[in-house]
Amino acid sequence: MKALFPPGHCRTPFYIRGKRGRILDLVDVEPDPEERAYGRSGLPAVPVWRVVFDQHELWPDYRGPDRDRVVVGIFEPWLEPLEDGG
Amino acid sequence: MSHDHEPDHDHGHLGHGHDHESHGHPPGQRHPFQPDLEDGPYSWHMALTDAVADLLLAKGLITADELRRTLEDIDSKSPALGARLVARAWVDPAFKARLLADVNAAAAELGIDAGPIPIRAVECKPGEHHVIVCTLCSCYPRLLLGPAPDWYKARAYRSRVVREPRAVLAEFGLELDPEVAVIVHDSTAELRFMVLPERPAGTEGWDEERLAALVTRDCLIGVARPTVPPA
Amino acid sequence: MRRHHDMGGLPAGPVERSEHEHAPWEKKVDAILRLLVAKKIMTLDELRRGIEELGPGAYDELSYFERWIRSIANILLEKGVVTVRELALAIEAAEARRAAAEACPKTVAAP
Repeated sequence: MKALFPPGHCRTPFYIRGKRGRILDLVDVEPDPEERAYGRSGLPAVPVWRVVFDQHELWPDYRGPDRDRVVVGIFEPWLEPLEDGG
Repeated sequence: MSHDHEPDHDHGHLGHGHDHESHGHPPGQRHPFQPDLEDGPYSWHMALTDAVADLLLAKGLITADELRRTLEDIDSKSPALGARLVARAWVDPAFKARLLADVNAAAAELGIDAGPIPIRAVECKPGEHHVIVCTLCSCYPRLLLGPAPDWYKARAYRSRVVREPRAVLAEFGLELDPEVAVIVHDSTAELRFMVLPERPAGTEGWDEERLAALVTRDCLIGVARPTVPPA
Repeated sequence: MRRHHDMGGLPAGPVERSEHEHAPWEKKVDAILRLLVAKKIMTLDELRRGIEELGPGAYDELSYFERWIRSIANILLEKGVVTVRELALAIEAAEARRAAAEACPKTVAAP
C-alpha cells in the first residue's frame, strides 16, 4: 500500500497505508470516489481489489492468532507492488 | 378537512431515547402541517430537514408521492429479509452458491429487492468467523437489512473492531477459540457486506421459517452467532 | 495526517450498545438522500465528503442524521440547487408552522 496521506476525500483507510497485504480478488471497477466527492464523474472507472492484511502486519502489539486478518477494498492507484513481486 | 391519527403510516415505534413516534402525515402534503406534538422539541435540524424537503418539492425536483414511497420502502427493509436468505442457503446448497456469488440476484429470487448497490455475503465456516464494519463512515447493506444499529456507526466499534476484534466480539458475548480465525471486512468501496453465519448444530430437519428465526441482525453483522434456544 | 473520520485502529472505549429507533425526521433525511442520489442530483461520495468536511467538533457533537442533513444542505448549496436565502426562509417557515401547530393544534387543519 502506498504510504501517502493527502487531504480530501479518500477511501483508503489510514491504518493500512504503507502496509503489505495479499490480493484476494477483483471486486469491480468503480468511478473514482475521490473525484465523485467533488462533483466530477470519476471516470474512467478504477479497479477495486480486495486485499487481505494479517493483523500481525497491521498492529505490532496484536495478541490474537496468526490467521486473524482484515480484508479491505482498495482502489488500484493505492496499490504498489512489492519489490519481490509478492 | 382534518387529518385523523390513524396508524396507517407505520413510521417507527417509540424509541429508547427522546425520539417518539409521529403519527406521520405524508411529508410534503400541501395541507397545513399538523405535527404530532409528542415529537418533542422541534430542533433546528428537524427544521432544516423540513426546509430541504419543502424546497425540493417546491422546485419539482422530487414529488410528495416519491417521498412517501421512499419512506415506505425504508420501512419495508429489515434483518428478517437477510435471515430468509440465510435460511434458504442453509437448506439449499445451490442457492447458497448463488447467494455467495451475488446477493442481490439471489434476493430477487425470493422476491426481495436488495437495491442497486452490490452486496456480498461472506461465509462463516469451521475455522473462520467473519465480521463487517465500515471504519470510514457507516456503509451497511441497509437496502436489504434496514438501518444499521447506532453502535455500528459510532466510534468505539468502527475504531476497535479492526484492531481488537476478539475483544469487541467478547463485549457482545461472543468468544471464539484461537483455532477460529477472525476475519474483519472493512467496506471502503461501493460493495456492502452481510455475514452468512454457520448453521448451528441441533437444527436438522427444521423448516426455513424456524431456521430464519435464529438469524438475528447481529448474526448478519458477525457480532453474534445463531444459537438454538435451550429446550 | 489522519483525517478525523478515518478512525480504524484508534483507541476507544467499550461499545455502547443501546439503540434507538429512527425518528420520523431521520427517516425523512434518509428518504431525501435516496431520492437525490437516484435522481443524480448528488452522489453518496459527495454526502460522505460533506460529512467529513463538517470538521471534528461537529462530527463528534452532532448525531448521525444531523450530520447527514447538514452535509446534504451544504452540498445542495454548493451545487446551486438551493440558495442560502431560500434555505433561510424555508427554515423560518417550517419553524413558524410548527409554532402555530403547538399554539393551537385544533385549528391548524385546513377548512
